[in-house]
Amino acid sequence: MHKSRKTEAKAVKKKLRSSVTLPFMIMLLPGLLVLLINNYIPMLGAVMAFQQYRFRTNFINSLLTSKWVGFSNFKFLLRNPTLWINLRNTLGYNLVFIILGMIVPVAFAIAMNEIWSSKLAKIYQTLLFLPYFLSWVVVSYLVFAVLQTNGALNSMILKPLGIQSVDWYRNIGFWPFLLVFLQMWKYLGYNSVVYLASLTGISSDYYEAAMIDGVGKWQQIWYITLPMLKSTIIILSLLAVGRIFNSDFGLFYNVPMGRSTLYPVTEVLDTFIYRGMRGTTDFGMPLASSMFQSIIGFIAIMSVNWIVRKLDPESALF
Amino acid sequence: MSEIGVQKREKKRSYVANRISYPVNIVWNILFALASLSCILPLILVIMVSLTDEKSLVQYGYSFFPHVFGLSGYEYIMKKGGAVLSSYSVSILVALVGTVLSTMVIALYAYPLSRPNFKYKGLFTGLVFVTMLFSGGLVPWYIMYTQVLGIGNTIAVLIIPYLMNAWYVLILRTFFKSAVPEELLESARIDGANEFHIFAGIALPLSTAGLATVGLFSMILYWNDWYLPLMFIRSENLYNVQYLLKSILENVQFLARMSTQVAGIGGAVKDLPSETIRMSIAVIAVGPIILAYPFFQRYFIKGLTIGAVKG
Repeated sequence: MHKSRKTEAKAVKKKLRSSVTLPFMIMLLPGLLVLLINNYIPMLGAVMAFQQYRFRTNFINSLLTSKWVGFSNFKFLLRNPTLWINLRNTLGYNLVFIILGMIVPVAFAIAMNEIWSSKLAKIYQTLLFLPYFLSWVVVSYLVFAVLQTNGALNSMILKPLGIQSVDWYRNIGFWPFLLVFLQMWKYLGYNSVVYLASLTGISSDYYEAAMIDGVGKWQQIWYITLPMLKSTIIILSLLAVGRIFNSDFGLFYNVPMGRSTLYPVTEVLDTFIYRGMRGTTDFGMPLASSMFQSIIGFIAIMSVNWIVRKLDPESALF
Repeated sequence: MSEIGVQKREKKRSYVANRISYPVNIVWNILFALASLSCILPLILVIMVSLTDEKSLVQYGYSFFPHVFGLSGYEYIMKKGGAVLSSYSVSILVALVGTVLSTMVIALYAYPLSRPNFKYKGLFTGLVFVTMLFSGGLVPWYIMYTQVLGIGNTIAVLIIPYLMNAWYVLILRTFFKSAVPEELLESARIDGANEFHIFAGIALPLSTAGLATVGLFSMILYWNDWYLPLMFIRSENLYNVQYLLKSILENVQFLARMSTQVAGIGGAVKDLPSETIRMSIAVIAVGPIILAYPFFQRYFIKGLTIGAVKG
């Protein structure tokens, strides 16, 4: 009697824990549909890079009737001299962003945790987070208000100093610094909160024990804080390396306001592809560059992940 | 009681002893203050310029302290700015519908991934994670919406591409995991509730904070979006406010054309208070975010804290 009740309870429990499939699959459906449209089918679309794709009446018809041209789109792309400049810009900016991104937000997060007044820290955090909520279009207005010929920098600072006003939108040497600054500026609040979240998870016992043993503040940061942040830093940097051939399109497209004089330092692969696609029905070269970007990006993430897995298996993404 | 008091005091003393030195504190406060000012001052500048008289703006340049106050930009928008108002309604519609739909789609996708009794959670987590790393590129994506689905230049194309978001799915999955304990659901199952009842009646009400975070993120995403109109929208009556803003910054002609369309007269570009109009529209576009910011920013910070905990 007693035994059978026990087995009955066990059976109920087993039934409760047993896996459910159909209802969950139904819940997943809308999301799967969006992923299919937005991500997975376009991945197959890469084959069109080997076609001389022309739109005729509908997509299926166009796909079937467009001529297959092998690698000629790619040959055409690789002969384009601006490709190499854009590639250099893309890689150069992203390398700087990744390196600064490993240092600046981490330093600000640690400092935010350490400054004496926690009230001030809250205020700083609130203000630093603000740019994250502004679109790149609005940021381009802010930059325009500061930098244009009768903008704030020229009329409020340079003019009173007796310096001739500068046309910053033609000053090509200044833009790399501005773009790097803006990228840091926009995401500093967001990124430092991500690190701050991992910081607050560190037990204060470590620091107290370290202090009792006479370990100084800098050494505590070096030997306790940074090792605890290591995995977050690696994950975020890995994701960034995986997107090393992609750029923040809004920064490079909106902020320079389409000034072609600035193209040598502001044009990146994404803007290059967009401008190639705009106002043409010949998608050959844009398709080739699009696929080129995806493939080298794929290689980048796979190889970096492989290296990380060799060095430290726990930090790898997959 | 007194023991706890002593402990607390000791802890406080050790805390005071174990902090950064005075000069380091000062240096970091200066750095933080400068960085914070760089975040807020440009916004104040744009607001002040929008309140400046156009002529004094041209004469004296941009300034935090207008020589002559004026509201010509806002007056123009009120009188002739039909395009501004219509773009504003597009933005509001897209933000509302998009936020509701995307929060639903994301919650429905994230929930099964958080349940231990779902056999394929690994597979479907992988499917959404892959989209963070790989993409088919801009052009196939563009062709998908314009030529396969044929919804270029419609309101729908301003909403659909942002319905799913891998990052928010992962945040919400972590949230469901911690906020909705499996034991609770087991007792509901004994009472005969099916998975849909459990999701709507138990899981969602327990996760309002997580849903609010994702909803806010997605509302900001839709409100701030200029990328989808840039890609897909040709008709000026479907411009949202961000894209209108972008169009008039690069092209003052656009502003003149906009005013002739509305007023039916040949508007000359030089007669327009173009600088203050631009800045006024910028203020109007960013206004809702700035006004709501003090209220929602702590939700973002909380949501990020949850999502950052690797789950």
